[in-house]
Amino acid sequence: MTIFTDFGRYLLMLKGMFSRPENHKMYWKEFMHQCSDIGIGSLGIVSIISFFIGAVSAVQTAYQLVSPVIPKETIAQIVRDTVILEFAPTLVCIVLAGVIGSKIASELGNMRVSEQIDALEIMGINTKSYLVMPKIAASLVTIPMLVIVAMVLGIWGGRIAGVASGILSSEQFDKGLLNAFVPYNVTFALIKSYTFAFIISSIPAYFGYYVKGGALEIGRSSTKSVVISCIMLLLADYVLSQLLLSPAG
Amino acid sequence: MIEFKNIYKQFGEKVVLNDVSHRMETGKCNLIIGTSGSGKTVLQKCLVGLIEPDKGEINYDGTSFTDMSEEDRKLLRQQIGMLFQGSALFDSMTVEQNVMFPLDMFSKLNNAEKHKRVDEVLARVNLVDANKKFPAEISGGMKKRVGIARAIVLNPKYLFCDEPNSGLDPQTSMVIDKLIYDITKEFNMTTVINTHDMNSVMEIGENILYMYQGQHEWSGNNQEIIFSKNERLNSFIFASEFLKDAKDMRMLEAKGKIDNDRNMDELLK
Repeated sequence: MTIFTDFGRYLLMLKGMFSRPENHKMYWKEFMHQCSDIGIGSLGIVSIISFFIGAVSAVQTAYQLVSPVIPKETIAQIVRDTVILEFAPTLVCIVLAGVIGSKIASELGNMRVSEQIDALEIMGINTKSYLVMPKIAASLVTIPMLVIVAMVLGIWGGRIAGVASGILSSEQFDKGLLNAFVPYNVTFALIKSYTFAFIISSIPAYFGYYVKGGALEIGRSSTKSVVISCIMLLLADYVLSQLLLSPAG
Repeated sequence: MIEFKNIYKQFGEKVVLNDVSHRMETGKCNLIIGTSGSGKTVLQKCLVGLIEPDKGEINYDGTSFTDMSEEDRKLLRQQIGMLFQGSALFDSMTVEQNVMFPLDMFSKLNNAEKHKRVDEVLARVNLVDANKKFPAEISGGMKKRVGIARAIVLNPKYLFCDEPNSGLDPQTSMVIDKLIYDITKEFNMTTVINTHDMNSVMEIGENILYMYQGQHEWSGNNQEIIFSKNERLNSFIFASEFLKDAKDMRMLEAKGKIDNDRNMDELLK
């Protein structure tokens, strides 16, 4: 029963976001502020993670491809496709669910508990529009960009690790990178990243916006929002893969 | 003037407000008093629309708030200022940005005019040299004053204060009371204050609503309260021996049997 209540309130929150802004300039300012917070603020962690994921996948692929029949270029192909299809969008978004999700939930939760949301409501501001909408919109704009950065850095990390450890030469890696490249994979990764961006911003926003109690409840709701975001993200990952990649789909 | 009739609110099985009616008058400090759990905060939240009453009618200067569309409520709320118990200042903004926020959102003033207005209201609440400080860097009393400044920056017609003296020392409480009282008179606002503070009741209570277990128990002003025979009210207001003595003194003073030349303005200097 609670699940249905929560889902209903979540939908109502999303519906409530769409109203005419009281002041477009202030909404734009808030949107840009969120873009900076979510996008620029997460760039460091995304860069580090994606670089090492690419590097590790190059080394581990080489470790598993022991047959002399398989050309070395295949390693680059596998690194490219795993990074584009799965590591960049999914793994990065799972990390972002923790980083951004907990930030959104605790920020809104703190505003709710300290009556800042009530103060905005009293001023005649639609708080769902002013506080929740810019966060979701900023996530939808910046997270796919971060995923693209992660793709580039992941592949770059694989190249550096592969060449540095003598697994393959840079020419072999570059050649493999261009072999049988399917542009649709990038489209698929971007579809996933938009979906994940929505999940990892809207679910924590819901948990933060409707929190009740004090500091302890803010912490609990922040943790809960990250856990549920991750589960929903993995479920969406499976559904999208089934729908968009499965030969039967 | 804010008038409400037959307000009823229930949370689950618990009836929090039961048929409460009263009129909050313009240009006066209207106090809602009562023990914890008597429904004061719920009533105030119903009046500003943060909680919807199950039954009853609320009118702002003759206009029904209960039947208003959400858009009309948003417009009315621009004429409402509210001081929250914890001040509810935006943590990430400086004092100046907090006070300027309603102007940024709703006024068409240019930057210089906004700064001028912010300086005016901060001076009005006796806050100078705090413009660039963050809420975490100022005292509780200063936070309340910033809250008041933010509440009045758009020249509202209605001011709501939820426990304005909570967590403040008696002297600062008096300063805040006097500030609210003066602002109410200066801008002819309808001010509604939720309070537990007996000093506030006696000093600025021009129209007092005493609530008991979600019901309207007594109403009157700070003179009438001294002579009230309502036992529940007396045991709430004059709970200690000290306050009972104070009541007796006030009764004698009101009857002209003793002189009292106390002057609040002098004391506050």
